[in-house]
Amino acid sequence: MSEVTETKKPAGKKRFELSESLKAYKGIWVFIEHERGVIHTVSLELLGEGRKLADQLGVELAGVVMGTPGETTRSFCHEAFFHGADLCYLVEDPLLTDYRNEPFTKGLTDLVNKYQPEIMLLGASTLGRDLAGSVATTLKTGLTADCTELNVDLDARSLLATRPTFGGSLLCTIQTLNYRPQMATVRPRVMPMPERDASRTGRIVEDSLGMVESAIITKVLEFIPDEMQDKPQLPFADIIVSGGRGMKKPENFKLIWDLANMLGAEVGATRPVVQAGWVDLERQVGQSGKTVRPKLYIAAGISGAIQHRVGMDASDVIIAINNDPNAPIFDFAHYGIVGNAMTLLPALTEAFKVHLAVARKAG
Amino acid sequence: MHIVVCIKQVPDSAQIRVHPVTNTIMRQGVPAIVNPYDLFALEEALRLKDEYGGRVTVLTMGPPMAEAALRKAISYGADDAILVTDRAFAGSDTLATSCALAAAIGQIHKDMPVDLVFTGKQTIDGDTAQVGPGIAKRLDMQLLTYVSKVRSVDLDKHEILVERRSEGGVQLLKTSTPSLITVLEGTNEMRFATMANMFRASRYPVKVWNREQAGIEDVTKVGLKGSPTVVSKVFAPTLRAVKAEIIQCENNEPKDLAVTLLAKMFTKFPKIEQEIAKRAA
Repeated sequence: MSEVTETKKPAGKKRFELSESLKAYKGIWVFIEHERGVIHTVSLELLGEGRKLADQLGVELAGVVMGTPGETTRSFCHEAFFHGADLCYLVEDPLLTDYRNEPFTKGLTDLVNKYQPEIMLLGASTLGRDLAGSVATTLKTGLTADCTELNVDLDARSLLATRPTFGGSLLCTIQTLNYRPQMATVRPRVMPMPERDASRTGRIVEDSLGMVESAIITKVLEFIPDEMQDKPQLPFADIIVSGGRGMKKPENFKLIWDLANMLGAEVGATRPVVQAGWVDLERQVGQSGKTVRPKLYIAAGISGAIQHRVGMDASDVIIAINNDPNAPIFDFAHYGIVGNAMTLLPALTEAFKVHLAVARKAG
Repeated sequence: MHIVVCIKQVPDSAQIRVHPVTNTIMRQGVPAIVNPYDLFALEEALRLKDEYGGRVTVLTMGPPMAEAALRKAISYGADDAILVTDRAFAGSDTLATSCALAAAIGQIHKDMPVDLVFTGKQTIDGDTAQVGPGIAKRLDMQLLTYVSKVRSVDLDKHEILVERRSEGGVQLLKTSTPSLITVLEGTNEMRFATMANMFRASRYPVKVWNREQAGIEDVTKVGLKGSPTVVSKVFAPTLRAVKAEIIQCENNEPKDLAVTLLAKMFTKFPKIEQEIAKRAA
């Protein structure tokens, strides 16, 4: 991604011809991220996206699995097949037990140089960003961070990587023309999860790391897991009730919590509310917070600024409550109520409660 | 101990507006600030200097006006400041930027060996988090991203112990210097500038290096030529074609509005009703 976007010239309309040596690069790769025996959902989301690109380009989709030797690591290959991969490159080595930059960068760089993919996608997690930046620099190729849309230009066989810029006010499409592979990262929950098909299979191509521990300078002395203290899991919530500055006072946020508790939903918030300390950082939805895609998103006292919108636009159904009929949120919500959130929220809580009581009786 | 802190001057993204008709960024009056994430890196470097002694050099690449960001860093207590500026750098993407900064750090290293390079975790304008790792790879330094704490430095053994935020927990890592550390936000709180340092900052002669002085011989490695990525299109997000259905009823009583909303929504989106019903069980 360009650091000085505004001085860039557009790629132009003239026909682009890829150099011969780069034409050998074929296929789409998705780096399969996992930690402590669990596959990261962003990798599965990327397989869904990768499948679409592979079909458009008429090439294969491969997963790249690197980890400690054993059944668990191998099972990630099958999970990748179930989510759309045709094959998996598998590197098993005890040196890959914990994530460290050096062995993972070497392993992935070697694979790319040997098997030459044209596009490689990684999750924009702490691990994915650390690895993607290192691999792209080692390979001297282009990398576009935090993409929200991926497409291909079939003529140039070029990845069209679209990402928000200037805090989400604008979108820009970035291409890596005469370099391969074309690399991109995507944040969790930005892309939909593909259907899991457990009947799918694929081939496994095994390779080795070719490294010894003494050659790796950085050592992991200890891993201190986060306490499992009911951390909010907004990205995976099915229902979210969110509040913005329009809630006026921190005390009024209780009305948000009441509705959320009644529905068994998570509570979300906009950046100004988080900065004011009304709710904690984990609950911030938007460009600088979490990306969410619940079935139902209820936004109270939220104007719908673009920075918030980019984080929740993919919700199935959005209900907006705002006293300003011209608030931008009414341009993209499905249902709107113009009025005072302080009286409407309790009314909504009550209406859901009655509905639930009726449903319970009927059930 | 010699620490180089890479910083960037950025427009305050919270104050950026897009022109409603032309869809271009309206920069007039938007203040330029030091990238907020970089201040955590600077403060962490200053703390290490307080504890172990040594020097802190701040480095930035940018237009001549970026000098202001370096002066700010001097006012917080940095010892030296270098601005790398050249027309040849215009249009640099992250790969080209890391090339220029790595070369400049190489030049700094010639004058006084560099033990650590600090950067912020990312910038608020580019948001890529790619330049730090890029510099580390180019200088063949150990890369430690998302560091939340530097526990200790052993200058004789060239060893450093850090806590690194990773998915689901914190890694305690031991590595050797020189290494590059990207500092996580919230790691520390920036100190106040002292009066003496503010005076020093106002008079400090910032070193200005052009491309050759920064040690970059090959002009094709920087700027547009050295950038694999090109921005092919900039556009405004498209709005959903259908606006919200505004719920209204007689008197607009909250209770009636709420009931009407649920009835309409459950009819059109039965799966929402099912989702709610699941919670009744």
